[in-house]
Amino acid sequence: MDYQTLRKRIIDIIADIAIDEDVSNLDDNIRLREQLDLDSMDFLDVVMELKKRYKIEVPTEDYMKLATLKSCIEYLGPKFAFSS
Amino acid sequence: MTNYDTVIIGAGMSGLAAGIRLAMFDQKVCILERHKVPGGLNSYYERRGRKLDVGLHAMTNFAPKGERGRPLTKLLKQLRIPYEKLELSQQHFSRIMFPGYDLSFSNDPQLLTAGIGKAFPRQKDNFAKLLDLVKNFDDVNLNNKPQSAKEKVREIISDERLLEMLFCPLLIYGSAWENDMDFSQFVIMFKSIYLEGFSRPKNGVRSVINLLTERYKQLGGELRLEAGIEKIDVENGIVRGVTLESGEIMQSHKVMSSMGLPETMNIVSERQESPAVGSMSFTETILFFDKKPSDQGIQDTILFYNDNEKYEYRQPQTFCDYRSAVICFPNNFGYDDYDEGVIRVTYIANFEKWNELDRKTYLIRKEETCSEALALIAKLFPEFKANLLYHDVFTPTTITRYTGHFKGAVYGSTQKARDGRTGIKNLFICGTDQGFLGIVGAMLSGISMANLHCLMDGEKA
Repeated sequence: MDYQTLRKRIIDIIADIAIDEDVSNLDDNIRLREQLDLDSMDFLDVVMELKKRYKIEVPTEDYMKLATLKSCIEYLGPKFAFSS
Repeated sequence: MTNYDTVIIGAGMSGLAAGIRLAMFDQKVCILERHKVPGGLNSYYERRGRKLDVGLHAMTNFAPKGERGRPLTKLLKQLRIPYEKLELSQQHFSRIMFPGYDLSFSNDPQLLTAGIGKAFPRQKDNFAKLLDLVKNFDDVNLNNKPQSAKEKVREIISDERLLEMLFCPLLIYGSAWENDMDFSQFVIMFKSIYLEGFSRPKNGVRSVINLLTERYKQLGGELRLEAGIEKIDVENGIVRGVTLESGEIMQSHKVMSSMGLPETMNIVSERQESPAVGSMSFTETILFFDKKPSDQGIQDTILFYNDNEKYEYRQPQTFCDYRSAVICFPNNFGYDDYDEGVIRVTYIANFEKWNELDRKTYLIRKEETCSEALALIAKLFPEFKANLLYHDVFTPTTITRYTGHFKGAVYGSTQKARDGRTGIKNLFICGTDQGFLGIVGAMLSGISMANLHCLMDGEKA
């Protein structure tokens, strides 16, 4: 799956979680927490949505790999390739 | 026989919020509610075409839209409810009125700070220190151990009168302990009332309950009303499900109970030691007038009144302690959705006294409480001249009837299960007896307990 498709899938999830926020201009290299009002409870939601939508499991010890959009894409890329 | 991932006991704010979280992530979940309507402690009813709210006078934890990291924005995000849906309108200002002293506060913390500077000039720096302590304390940490808030605050605030005035709204809006509260709860309440403040959803508490119920159903959650529970089925220390009063057995992997800690442990099939029952209960008189208080110069939203030399937040020896009261003017928020003038007057009350009355005396006592409330309004606001159109009084026994809390204990047990765990595997507590307070606290409690125990598998943590 290419970078942009993957990026869009992740942003779609974030948009559903951070309903009151604008996600159209996110910087791929800056921590999501710094750009949006996301805390650990919300990262749980990202993980839960990945499981619900794409059957992708993210173990607790890998949560930090979801810090930026770029790191999400790098980490989740192989998992998406495997699941779809 | 049906098999559920989670059965939730009680369709109050916390149970509904927990249900939304679980239904959102495709759990098979059912909320069981004893009554005909959801709501629990914060609920509503109608009499002669008038809508009456019960429970908290206002929503605490006001935050403007988009304000980051606030409890209100956190919970809306977790429930995926847009901010606008609540249609919040803010209080004008509220007051703490003690003999010779009057402190106002609003959703702008500066008002309180300025008032303290003026009325208690020597405590100005101490109050600044208290603010620092409160702001930097991790109040929602589930591992905090209970400790006396008064002892801790007394180390900073050296004027006992100011200390009592600051504690008064916090105690009466949330403490299960008499004359004191747990320090974590103090910080939660302090932030939610003095730093964030009061607001009212359009049309009152029913809007929040309806919003939660709709959201839950829309996600596919099952809600069963008039479904009282006979017992929580436990085998060898592990929960198996629940048996309804109708005899129906529901199997469930996990059970989340919002009915209170002693009340929950009381219906567990394998007998447990009973946690302490709280003794703080109240009466509330709801008055409807042909004129609005604001039309006659009353601008206060909520008044915390105390006429006693020392503020006593404890069970009285009499039916009610008329020396202190909370008076709420629901018309006095940014947006007024009532056609008539409404005043709610709350007194601290004694459950046993009310509970032992026969029907006839009970009704007489209720009228006496109403007369006291009217006399208090006349004393504090002599300028208010209006005709009483309708009134209703609810008492500690009403509270027990509608919430199931033993002894009408509005704020539940004096013992809290902060991490939601009970001695029984897969049986968890959320709501009042988990220990987050108020409407916002109740919802956050449901959310965090559902996250921890049913989504993240807190058993491993």
